Amino acid sequence: MSPATVVTGIGITAPNGLGARHYWDATRTGRSAIAPATRFDPTGYPAQLAGEITDFTAEDHLPGPLLAQTDRVTRLALLAADWALADAGITPSTLDAYAMGVVTASSSGGFEFGQNELRALWSKGSRHVSAYQAFAWFYAVNTGQISIRHGMKGPSGVVVSDQAGGLDALAQARRHIRKGTPLVLSGGLDASLCPWGWVAQLASERLSTSRDPHRAYLPFDAAAHGHVPGEGGALLLLEDADAARDRGAHVYGEIAGYGATFDPAPTSGRPPTLRRAIELALDDARTAPADIDVVFADAAALPELDRIETRALTDVFGAHAVPVTAPKTMIGRLNSGAAPLDVAAALLALRDGLIPPTVNVTPDPSHPIDLVTEARPAALRTALVLARGHGGFNSALVVRAADPGRHDAPADPREGRT
Amino acid sequence: MTRPTFTFDDLKEILREGAGADPETLAETTLDATFGDLGFESLALLETLGRIERQYDLALDDAAFTGATTPRALIALVNEQLNGAAA
Repeated sequence: MSPATVVTGIGITAPNGLGARHYWDATRTGRSAIAPATRFDPTGYPAQLAGEITDFTAEDHLPGPLLAQTDRVTRLALLAADWALADAGITPSTLDAYAMGVVTASSSGGFEFGQNELRALWSKGSRHVSAYQAFAWFYAVNTGQISIRHGMKGPSGVVVSDQAGGLDALAQARRHIRKGTPLVLSGGLDASLCPWGWVAQLASERLSTSRDPHRAYLPFDAAAHGHVPGEGGALLLLEDADAARDRGAHVYGEIAGYGATFDPAPTSGRPPTLRRAIELALDDARTAPADIDVVFADAAALPELDRIETRALTDVFGAHAVPVTAPKTMIGRLNSGAAPLDVAAALLALRDGLIPPTVNVTPDPSHPIDLVTEARPAALRTALVLARGHGGFNSALVVRAADPGRHDAPADPREGRT
Repeated sequence: MTRPTFTFDDLKEILREGAGADPETLAETTLDATFGDLGFESLALLETLGRIERQYDLALDDAAFTGATTPRALIALVNEQLNGAAA
């Protein structure tokens, strides 16, 4: 049987909390970070609210040479990577470089860096474009910079499938672990809250134009009218379960199942395939619908997409049969950062027996789901996380609590594995 | 009329601005260490050359990139070009 994949470290950079502890303190208590955008002047645009990370000072965390060559998203990713490794008690320099991989998801790459260099190109000329533009804008840059910084040279890559990519990356990491790489750092982040990134997102026609932070992002609400973009995400340290046990690592839970589908063309008349993605993930996890204790929804907040998600959930689980939550209502949609953050939140929810709330939403009775709008204590063992990407991507991932009786005595994390 | 010259301090300033070199690294930087040993990878050097070209209105050819492997060699090359341009 393939080895199980477990999560042993969490690194979070989110609008309502920098670091897993701050994020979870804010999320379990429903603290929102949605506010007027400040990283650029949004007043000329139809959408003006964002979920911004306001307490991140890159200079406090990264050396000068890395600052010169990185976009904001890469700086956040490097910090999340540092924290995930530290949380897991992993010191990469003591381990076999080729036994450690990095797989991240990205929707935008380094948009703000790219915007600045393109501005230099057309306003001053090609001699004024930074040499670092060669890679700083690129989707794979987070994976590359993390790999270089920590000497992690095993199987690595980047997945680009919008919001679904955050789950697709974790699934890719799990495949690498099944094929023999004992440790993969994986997840995703996006941070394109700059005019170029803003216009690109506006083109999706999915952004909320509300000016009221409490009324702007309302999935499963009769007033749903689009979402608020946010920045940040999460990286998780994934390990072969046996290797994690051998070194006495703390285990948050298992990546137990995954399924992904791609929707037929909207004009085909055939139905969307989110339901199938959920069923594939449950099968992969050898889990019955009744065993799922909570669902972290994709929560698109567009009436048609919300209906599709509700339909998939009720088809699989039945009406009002499983608690559903969308803590991303506090921070907006983070593109490829959203789903890894939801996976982290799900693991912390399992740990604490607490479902974090969906804020601001008055559930529309036409959605027959049990939407959790106040933090709810519950015995939780298994969670389902959903993510959809623009253009037809559907992904579903099942996380399961660590087995009771796990080793909690910390082994020497500096001890290498061969 | 004095000709412009390019000094070690000028180079350090550009390395700080362009490649993000920290003051400690620059304090330890010697004229004859190679850029590679100092931790400046190829893109850092490319960015440095680009900034020198802009600030001093020069066109350094590929030979500068491959040939000037130490601060001393790069400073000499830039001054040679500056003097040539002023002559």
